[in-house]
Amino acid sequence: MSEAAVRWEEVVQPGATWSHVLKRGTALRITDVEGGANVGAIFYNFECPVERYNIDTLKAQHVARLSKGCVLYSDMGRILCSITEDTAGGHDPIGGCSNAALVKQKYGESRYQEARNEYYKNARDGFLIELEKWGLGPRDLSPVVNFFSVLDAGSDGSISYRRPSSGAGSFVDLRAEMNVLTILNTCQHPLDPNPRYDPKPVRLSVRTVPPPGADDACRTFRPENGRGFTLTERYFL
Amino acid sequence: MSGTNIVESKLDGATAAYRCVVPAGEPWIREIQKGQYFRVVDLEGNQAADTLFYNASDYSDRYSAQDTIREQKNLYLTTGTRLMSSAGNVLLTIVADTCGRHDTLGGACAMESNMVRYALEKRHMHACRQSFVKAVMEWGRGMSKRDLTSNINFFMNVPVTPEGKLTFEDGVSEPGKYVEMRAEMDVLAVISNCPQLNNPCNAYNPTPIEVLIWDRQGA
Repeated sequence: MSEAAVRWEEVVQPGATWSHVLKRGTALRITDVEGGANVGAIFYNFECPVERYNIDTLKAQHVARLSKGCVLYSDMGRILCSITEDTAGGHDPIGGCSNAALVKQKYGESRYQEARNEYYKNARDGFLIELEKWGLGPRDLSPVVNFFSVLDAGSDGSISYRRPSSGAGSFVDLRAEMNVLTILNTCQHPLDPNPRYDPKPVRLSVRTVPPPGADDACRTFRPENGRGFTLTERYFL
Repeated sequence: MSGTNIVESKLDGATAAYRCVVPAGEPWIREIQKGQYFRVVDLEGNQAADTLFYNASDYSDRYSAQDTIREQKNLYLTTGTRLMSSAGNVLLTIVADTCGRHDTLGGACAMESNMVRYALEKRHMHACRQSFVKAVMEWGRGMSKRDLTSNINFFMNVPVTPEGKLTFEDGVSEPGKYVEMRAEMDVLAVISNCPQLNNPCNAYNPTPIEVLIWDRQGA
């Protein structure tokens, strides 16, 4: 199937934070331009932001890692976004985001005064500032999904960071199933072993897409997702 | 650290400053002072105790599953785990654990998620998030559903496989198993003693738990 035309496109610079209300019926493609990007993301129902991305996402789909076919659930049993395409090979819903103390401890200090816009940023502060712009705050900071990063778990529960080998040009498509306040941040993953402050840019592109049909790969990924789509479609009736 | 660290407590229930049996399906909420010890006992075995913690002086600073997992680089909670807040504070430290493994990825059950996970007709069934909402509403002080985030499931077994799958397994807990924490700051604790009947997290038979609090122990 040929892809719909890109409605708009932009680059999110390394370490930057971005937000937008993704409209139901559109899809956001996030492309790892250079390879080695990490994109932390938080999601809210724009019409009622107390409904937000929830860790139910994992148990509802029996996964500890997100990839093509998975959906992102809200706390209300509805689907915020679906992962309709994924050439990156998995995404981390567990590791959380960097904060000021972690960035200082790992990379040292770099202030705006000396470094101008190359100063060291952390994901938590980026999220909190962006949330505030939408009338939200620290109470609303919900679990983070890290795209383009994977955590492996040992049988004893130990976790280790792995960068997918897909590299430059890999992308993930998020189809909005509701009107979703989406806040993205390109800071490094908090468990990235790279000793250097080295965040990467990503390219965003938005397309208009058809609604998911009865045989949609995300709808049929799990029986649970079929019910999740039903509840989401009922919300708009 | 390893995912299992069984350590018994030296504290005697007879010397506790507070103790309370919480029936299945009920919420429980109380402040715990810095230095106090807080124990949750699985009285009859295989019972999930869904638990949230907050910095008692700033509820926007609260237990964070993601920060806790990342700081210890392990998915499971056991003796030695520092329960981290969203602002990077240590809320409590697990100092004893006779169960050996507790979950913090499984979330709390909800009427809405039961509809997704089991059947749309399950909406009416009692769930942890009903108890959490009731607890924070009654506690007041500005708390609301906004404050309900990813929780701990004491005594619950949710293993993650090397392939990245997540499953709900039979509990590893037994009658009388407990987990005990030392409060590293003044915290607010909220528990929903889980009423879930649709999966093995309570062995299909939700039962009471007991919570105990001891005052700061001498050097």
